[in-house]
Amino acid sequence: MITEFGHFALLLAFLVAIVQTVVPLVGAHKRWPSWMAVAEPAANIQFLLTAFAFAALMWAFVTSDFSLRLVVLNSHSAKPMLYKISGTWGNHEGSMLLWVLIVTLFGAMAAWFGGNLPPTLRARVLAVQAAIGVAFFAFIIFTSNPFLRMAVPPFDGQDLNPLLQDPGLAFHPPFLYLGYVGLSMAFSFAVAALIEGRVDAAWGRWVRPWTLAAWVFLTIGIALGSWWAYYELGWGGFWFWDPVENASFMPWLLAAALLHSAIVVEKRESLKSWTILLAILAFGFSLIGTFIVRSGLLTSVHAFANDPERGVFILMIMAFFMGGALILFALRAGAMEAKGVFSLVSRESALLANNLLLAVSCFVVFVGTMWPLVAEMFFDRKLSVGPPFFNMAFTPFMILLGLILPIGSAMPWKRARVMRTARPLRYVFILALAIGGLAWTMQTGRSLIGPVGMFLAAWVVMGTVIDLIQRAGRGPERWGRLLRLPRADWGKMVAHAGLGFTMMGVAGLTAWKQEDIRVAQIGEPFSVGSYTLTLNDVRQVEGPNYLSTMGFVTLSQNGREIAQLTPEKRIYPVAQMPTTEAAIDYDLARDVYVVIGDAQAQGGWAVRTYIKPLTNWIWIGSGLMALGGLLSLSDRRFRVAAGARKSPQGVPAE
Amino acid sequence: MIRVLALLLMLLPALPGVALAVQPDEVLSNPVLEERAREISKGLRCPVCQNESIDESHANVARDLRLMVRERLVEGDTDAQVVDFVVARYGEYVLFQPTATGANWLLYAAGPLMLLTALGLGFVYLRGRSDAVAPQEAALSDDEAARLREIMRD
Repeated sequence: MITEFGHFALLLAFLVAIVQTVVPLVGAHKRWPSWMAVAEPAANIQFLLTAFAFAALMWAFVTSDFSLRLVVLNSHSAKPMLYKISGTWGNHEGSMLLWVLIVTLFGAMAAWFGGNLPPTLRARVLAVQAAIGVAFFAFIIFTSNPFLRMAVPPFDGQDLNPLLQDPGLAFHPPFLYLGYVGLSMAFSFAVAALIEGRVDAAWGRWVRPWTLAAWVFLTIGIALGSWWAYYELGWGGFWFWDPVENASFMPWLLAAALLHSAIVVEKRESLKSWTILLAILAFGFSLIGTFIVRSGLLTSVHAFANDPERGVFILMIMAFFMGGALILFALRAGAMEAKGVFSLVSRESALLANNLLLAVSCFVVFVGTMWPLVAEMFFDRKLSVGPPFFNMAFTPFMILLGLILPIGSAMPWKRARVMRTARPLRYVFILALAIGGLAWTMQTGRSLIGPVGMFLAAWVVMGTVIDLIQRAGRGPERWGRLLRLPRADWGKMVAHAGLGFTMMGVAGLTAWKQEDIRVAQIGEPFSVGSYTLTLNDVRQVEGPNYLSTMGFVTLSQNGREIAQLTPEKRIYPVAQMPTTEAAIDYDLARDVYVVIGDAQAQGGWAVRTYIKPLTNWIWIGSGLMALGGLLSLSDRRFRVAAGARKSPQGVPAE
Repeated sequence: MIRVLALLLMLLPALPGVALAVQPDEVLSNPVLEERAREISKGLRCPVCQNESIDESHANVARDLRLMVRERLVEGDTDAQVVDFVVARYGEYVLFQPTATGANWLLYAAGPLMLLTALGLGFVYLRGRSDAVAPQEAALSDDEAARLREIMRD
């Protein structure tokens, strides 16, 4: 019964979304306040209905209602509760419902916090947001309905893919979708502004928090996914340049660019049409990502089982929104005149350089991801584009970005002098060079990744800290002033330092990881690097819905025991699928990563050991980037903007 | 149930081992050759897997390819010869880094060309901005001035 209510709520939400698309748009055009006012309650109702539908589906998963086809295919009564809940979105249909739930959530939030927007702009933003909702409601209802029943319910389900039964991955999709879909808000604002024909500093200020929130969520989502890949897939890689990973990475790069260009719009009323274009493209890449994952066009480890019909539907959604928005852009962008005047060397141009690097690097990832498809369709060549290509083509952009970051972010608006900006950074630069040089002399190989990475990391981290201190000025009260600096300044420092730490982790892991593969005899110690490992025992252990072969390993260094590790090899009988659970001794300086393999015919067990230097900084850095975003989001100027609801009603938006 | 579990446990070794890609028995005794084999393996795609190199994959064909690579190396082939040998049998699909031949130059040139274009456009834009004359700002209307005071009070 609850399922039927949920199904019905979904259909109702679809209808409400249609109303919310049409009525406010007409109202805004004709200046009819009563028609524009429809948007706000409609956004709330749409959200509540979708939330109910989602809750109904979750209820079916939690109670293991095997009369529902989706539950049968993706759940099992013996599965732990956490994964019953996360199973709701661990499949195509449920994840699309989560997607559309988040579309409506953002729509409702725009209604809640949009009190200070001009009424026509608010009506148009909510209408465009609802139009996105309409498209995805139609997609769910006509191609991927989660509420289909079984004619004959079976006794038990077929279980969720065991690789997905993991706490890291349980929360990876919701964050990712919050990010993807959050960009729809920037898109709605861009399209509404184009319809309105007006982009000003206020628009920049309104669109920035949404972009910032979307970017923070994307950062967390991608970091969770990468962390999961690191500990779950069994060889400790953190990024594979897989089409689906790229699908999440491209919107992230563009969102990062958009964040920065929106600052220029807000503070200097320049780069307007570029910012609008970025907002359109960022959401466009979210749609491309959805298309890649759901169509099965580019197969990958993550893709849900899928069929071409769905791919075509998403392609149509994409063509409609991108085509429509870009045509509107072509018609209206010329009207957006830049106001700010600035010289070639200024913070504006530094931010422009940041945008160029991020956008072109995104383009490189895009070309690499789509190239196999292009080559097969037009040149009849079946080829692959993999990690070696992406590492080669993408890394230079990040190095350039790291090089200019500390100087660019310290530059004043309008007119800057490079020497003057760089002077406070000169000691930091020398120190960073020394750190890079130290890394160079200490390593044995001749790879440049390590030293360059250490130099860049030191340069970025220390440079941003110095910039923040500079901002507090001189004199004895500077430390007090430092604490009272706007949160946006702190957010900027923390996020940029986070990028530096991530660079450090990536470089350290890539350049200096050590690996050891061997047959370990029980009780015989062996050494890897400066560590000694002993496989003490291997036992069969029974888990809630799996069987495990568990190794017991003692890790020690210089005769002192550091940790007891239990690498596992699991088999999930229902899904007939084995997984590895690597045992990792986490440390800021290095991870020791142990994987157990098969028993050998001559006795002993295959054991693989890695020493992975600085790895955790990849995720600490990502966490700092997200934290920096949140700090910036809580800046006073956004709170003032959000809280100032007492704006005089009925002001014509000219 | 327990009996079923026990049965499954006995069947365990028959299931594909997911834990290890490179098995200890594959490792060459010559560490230099082994290092080269690993490097080559990382650039070769497992033909039946989804986006995994033969170094990472636990598929049988990946193991065969790893052994083939090592065999060629032991027989004295250069790295390029080994890669050519595999490509001749499995097609260029197995190369993770496509060769810059034929239409592939587009793939390699796309990034640099786009960067140059973007730099050019950016430069023209900046020149325009630095030569432009700041437009006269209109004074605040009474309403706007009142609103500004209200905001500043917050």
